[in-house]
Amino acid sequence: MSDPNAIHALTDFALDTVEKDFKSVVHDNVVRLKSGNLGSLPAILAIIVLTGLFGWANPNSFLSKINLANFLEQASAVIVIAMAVSFVLLLGEIDLSAGFTAGVAAAVLATRLEHWALLPSIGMSALVAIVLGAFTGFMVAKVGIPSFVVTLANVLLFQGVLLLLVKDGGSVRIDDDVIKDLVGGNLSPSSSWIFVGVGLVLFAWSQVRKQRVSHRAIPMSLVVFKVVVAAIGSVLVTSLLVENRAFPNAPAPIRGIPYVVPLVLMLLLLLTFVLNRTRYGRHLYAVGGNAEAARRAGINVPRIRLSAFVICGLLAGIGGAFLASRVNSVDPNTGANDTLLLAVGSAVIGGTSLFGGQGRMLNAVLGGFVLALIPNGLTLVGKKSLPGVGEIDFASSGTKFICAGLALLLASSVDALSRKRST
Amino acid sequence: MNTDAAILEASGINKTFGPVHVLHDVDFKVYAGQVTSLIGDNGAGKSTLVKCITGIYPKDSGTFAFEGQPVDIGGPRVASELGIEVVYQDLALCENLDIVQNLFLGRERLKTGLLDERSMEQATRDTLAGLSVRTVKSVRQSVSSLSGGQRQTVAIAKAVLWKSKVVLLDEPTAALGVAQTRQVLDLVRRLAENGIGVVLISHNMNDVIEVSDRVCAMYLGRVVADVPVTSATKREFLVELITSGRSGDVGLREEATI
Repeated sequence: MSDPNAIHALTDFALDTVEKDFKSVVHDNVVRLKSGNLGSLPAILAIIVLTGLFGWANPNSFLSKINLANFLEQASAVIVIAMAVSFVLLLGEIDLSAGFTAGVAAAVLATRLEHWALLPSIGMSALVAIVLGAFTGFMVAKVGIPSFVVTLANVLLFQGVLLLLVKDGGSVRIDDDVIKDLVGGNLSPSSSWIFVGVGLVLFAWSQVRKQRVSHRAIPMSLVVFKVVVAAIGSVLVTSLLVENRAFPNAPAPIRGIPYVVPLVLMLLLLLTFVLNRTRYGRHLYAVGGNAEAARRAGINVPRIRLSAFVICGLLAGIGGAFLASRVNSVDPNTGANDTLLLAVGSAVIGGTSLFGGQGRMLNAVLGGFVLALIPNGLTLVGKKSLPGVGEIDFASSGTKFICAGLALLLASSVDALSRKRST
Repeated sequence: MNTDAAILEASGINKTFGPVHVLHDVDFKVYAGQVTSLIGDNGAGKSTLVKCITGIYPKDSGTFAFEGQPVDIGGPRVASELGIEVVYQDLALCENLDIVQNLFLGRERLKTGLLDERSMEQATRDTLAGLSVRTVKSVRQSVSSLSGGQRQTVAIAKAVLWKSKVVLLDEPTAALGVAQTRQVLDLVRRLAENGIGVVLISHNMNDVIEVSDRVCAMYLGRVVADVPVTSATKREFLVELITSGRSGDVGLREEATI
């Protein structure tokens, strides 16, 4: 298999039956990358480069234990909303109002918690998020208005609802401990280790299963490599997180894996499962790839569109709970400002196409890490004087917006160019 | 089954769109194990006839018989239940999906509620092997990585996978180069050898003469000739039929011309 010309002699599904070794899989991936299909590679590279860069510029605060936990918590809400938006991006649609869907759901949660118990409040918040998603989906799939226009109108509409709910300019405090702990609470050190152990075993099992189904197209060495990398990575991160990361004079120690990690991971697994293993997921990709072909194959295209917006709404609502939990309150800015752009940006930077049909849930996580690293790292770098440029305040919102904007532009350029190349 | 009898027979089909009479008493037969070419100029009514056969347009009058039994093709679903499949010119493939996913699109096999990838993959390989397709390296290739001819092959395989009895191909070679046209024409022949009734719609008279058993020519909504290919071995003969509705003794009589 080392001779690249040998491949041309193979016919009759030879590639499905030939065993591959580690080297040939790496080679296949290089070929795929050269053809312009970059997938998640830019996001992974960006995470490595940014971590190195910020770590070098500010080793004491950026690489600290507390910042590691803080970073995971910061990224969580954007990642969940990015997952929400991914569902409609897969169809080649967009939801510009997902941020405010999150805001409205958070406001419903906060205001209901003033009167109701936790579970009915969460139920009500989820219901409202679903209704908002269904409304958008109805307008797009049944009435036939482009999603860009519908959700642009919804930005104002939902923002208005949010303002009414939190009574113009006020803010609603959240006192419920469960919601407060959603972002900010931690697993105990022992359950952290149990969680990591169980997670690794499940990961290894799923990889081995995939290897068996693949007719040996995935070499066992690759499976071992992946599992070892995952084990080293997660054990390293966990061993940092289970140590006390509170400041020296803090009243209580802070230790353990933040709750957001298992929560986001569970969402990631569930949604990936839906997309890859169910008929519904398959139809979602089909409609995104070629709606006309999907229609002729007997798929109810409007229903798929509608359902994608409903799921988007529900997930955005969950993201809203994360947003609210982070600051323990809801105000008119919850889900506003750059929330939506960061979410769409996360999905696209992770490798999900804006043109539909291409993308994974994992992309939202990887892209979310990149877009959370940028403000996190820049804040800690603070004011620095660069030779020849003078002093620059990296911590200012201006610099952060510019950097995040450039990252998004870069990612969409990669998306557009690779699409151009493949057609 | 009697091979002389048509597997699909349309008789006296009329279709109007408002004031426009698109199909005039069209008789059309498809035989199992044979390639029947449907030729005609643009606007002759070929596509309309195909859409009537597949239930996309309701006919105004006339009857259909399938395997000798009268049938009412009331919609696309009825047609596909009978085993009539169409491969449209635009192929209707999802480029982002792989070959297996495209073949089973809309009719995925499930095992305990989840996609049964293994069985679908095997069935895909069996179908392609049954058509002697030798150019596809992996059934897990995405369609976007396939050539035009391979895509046509996948689209045809998609129609065949469902044990179809009649397959209608709309201009399958129109956008292909010489080598790929060759592949597709071979595939068309193989479909017929597998006992399927094949209808080939084409503008390329060389393809028609080479691959067909019978030729059905349409002119301004009428069938002007329905002859075995052995009596239509000249390109000029066919061109004359589709441009003027007659050629020598075959075709419309003078007074019937519009």
